[in-house]
Amino acid sequence: MRGDTMTELLLEVKNLKVHFETENGTVTAVDDVSFSVKRGETVGVVGESGCGKSVTAESILRLLNEKHTNYEGNILFEEKDILKLSYSELQKVRGNDISMIFQDPMSSLNPVYTVGNQIVEALLLHQNLTKKEAESKAVEMLKLTGIPLPEKRVNEYPHELSGGMRQRVMIAMALSCKPKLLIADEPTTALDVTTQSQILDLINELKDEFNMGTIMITHDLGVVAEVCTKVVVMYLGQVIEEASVESIFSSPLHPYTQGLLKSIPQIEGPRDEKLYVIEGKVPTLTQIPKGCRFAPRCEFATEICRDKMPQLESYENDLKVRCWHFKDIQEKRGGMNGSRNESQTVNS
Amino acid sequence: MVVEMSLKQSTPKTEASNDVILEVKNLKKYFPITGSLNNTVSQVKAVNDVSFSLIKGETYGLVGESGCGKSTTGRTILRLLEPTEGEVIYDGQNINKLKGNDLRNIRRELQMVFQDPYSSLNPRKRIGTILEETLKIHKIGNKKERTEQVMNILNKVGFQREHYYRFPHEFSGGQRQRIGLARALIINPSIIICDEPVSALDVSIQSQVLNLLEDVQQEFNLTYLFISHDLGVVRHISDRIGVMYLGKLVEESPTDELYSNPLHPYTKALLSAIPVPNPFVKREKIKLIGEIPSPVNPPSGCVFHTRCPFAMDVCKQEEPALKTIVHEHKVACHLY
Repeated sequence: MRGDTMTELLLEVKNLKVHFETENGTVTAVDDVSFSVKRGETVGVVGESGCGKSVTAESILRLLNEKHTNYEGNILFEEKDILKLSYSELQKVRGNDISMIFQDPMSSLNPVYTVGNQIVEALLLHQNLTKKEAESKAVEMLKLTGIPLPEKRVNEYPHELSGGMRQRVMIAMALSCKPKLLIADEPTTALDVTTQSQILDLINELKDEFNMGTIMITHDLGVVAEVCTKVVVMYLGQVIEEASVESIFSSPLHPYTQGLLKSIPQIEGPRDEKLYVIEGKVPTLTQIPKGCRFAPRCEFATEICRDKMPQLESYENDLKVRCWHFKDIQEKRGGMNGSRNESQTVNS
Repeated sequence: MVVEMSLKQSTPKTEASNDVILEVKNLKKYFPITGSLNNTVSQVKAVNDVSFSLIKGETYGLVGESGCGKSTTGRTILRLLEPTEGEVIYDGQNINKLKGNDLRNIRRELQMVFQDPYSSLNPRKRIGTILEETLKIHKIGNKKERTEQVMNILNKVGFQREHYYRFPHEFSGGQRQRIGLARALIINPSIIICDEPVSALDVSIQSQVLNLLEDVQQEFNLTYLFISHDLGVVRHISDRIGVMYLGKLVEESPTDELYSNPLHPYTKALLSAIPVPNPFVKREKIKLIGEIPSPVNPPSGCVFHTRCPFAMDVCKQEEPALKTIVHEHKVACHLY
């Protein structure tokens, strides 16, 4: 914790809406999403496929095809609205102030250039370096990400590297210009667990070294618990809960968050005979329920849930939740909750 | 990592209880790498001398990271891939020696559920046709009976009659995986090999499919070989677990024993690397350096010695045999 730098606001997403024009009319993939990222903070954005987490991330860099995409709201990066930047201004931000690591390291590197070439490209574009300097910087970055023999690897092509190595190259590329904000979109999903743990450690270390803000997009709640300080849970294009990582895991407020946590098979604790199941499936964006979007799958749903959409409400220190009944549910879970915390301390 | 666990209540199935349903003996599968003249220059040793057995009614989990040979093992058992060496014994017969009708008959008993629910169903056929095809191949019943049977099985995996006429694209990933399961179930097999059946699914859908797998196992008295890289899922569903590394089975144990007392350094590292969805637990991690070596040229001696924090001289020279340490718990490591 770094005192006042911790409190400095880096990115603020305000009431962001992303509409796509499709053949079947307009689809709103992200609907009124707000959250913020401070320097040195890691914010996890979690949710299942189709919840809009990747679209949110891509909007921050405006990577979506703008012919078919309409934005509403603001994305303030150091108080500048990214959505209002011109193309050339945007290019100065991309890869320089904000950079991104993508899910699939196999397809996000250019197969016909050496990895060194691809790192040098970003450096030459954004930093005032000669080609020689950029090349030695590329080697330095590869070394930083823990690639053995960086002097040799820098001249290799992506196909010569393993998945974990490629992800390290992506990280080296993303961090080469010392970005203020790093967006990592499922950075470890395609990797094995032992490699995943190496990469997560690496992101954590580098985050501290550069005092970066990080947005970690993931569906894996284990990854969230490992690296994040704050968590934003999304469902069908909306934020349904926002809280610190401790509070999400010890006392989740939204029934969806609770369900998600209960349905993961764990590697510790008692082995329940049956897993908890959230009934039904995520509706498509063309058939959004009228009231609360989770109502059709929610065991606590009542009349009002099916009728009126709840707003994202603030509750106690920094918690936000979008649910009509979270207080009642909280009370009902009260006893259960306490015992869970106790058992956790015993386990550790 | 200290884990205090309550033992699972159900009686653990033991190998000694003499109801082994399938036995895999020294199974090997090498893929040739051919040179420019189509001559074999070297071999990828995907499965290298793996032995284990399945006990009637159990779920045997096979875990490991990508490229360790777990899927190849599953496919080789069914002879979707021709084994290089070794025996697979079901019902007194060596599957690897069977041909034609005998092989087809044995496949009635051994079925498979595949990983990718999107590419394992023919997009141009209706669900009913896809399921009936299995019955047709095995010459079961007449047209009317077959349709009836398909309707029944669809019902078992949670569909209605009208789904019979739908196409695969009309279903979501979780639903397709249930269809995959229905296809395996329809000829009433005794063993189903599940190759990563839930890894393409979201968490909330994953738990639905896992519960269904458990339900049908009870109902049809099935034995599962459950292949997965997700150690949480495997722990939930398996009675016994085998851990693979670079084509070798390095550890085998009843589930609770494996998670509370892993013996092989690789298993320990693997377990400690899993991110646990609980920010209050700080676990000590065993860090592995480097990456899995190429299976073309596996290290001499113990295949893990290049990354093992406890490697000794003997590990480089001598390959450790799989030996029983405590009851039912086997490990291939020179430390024990």
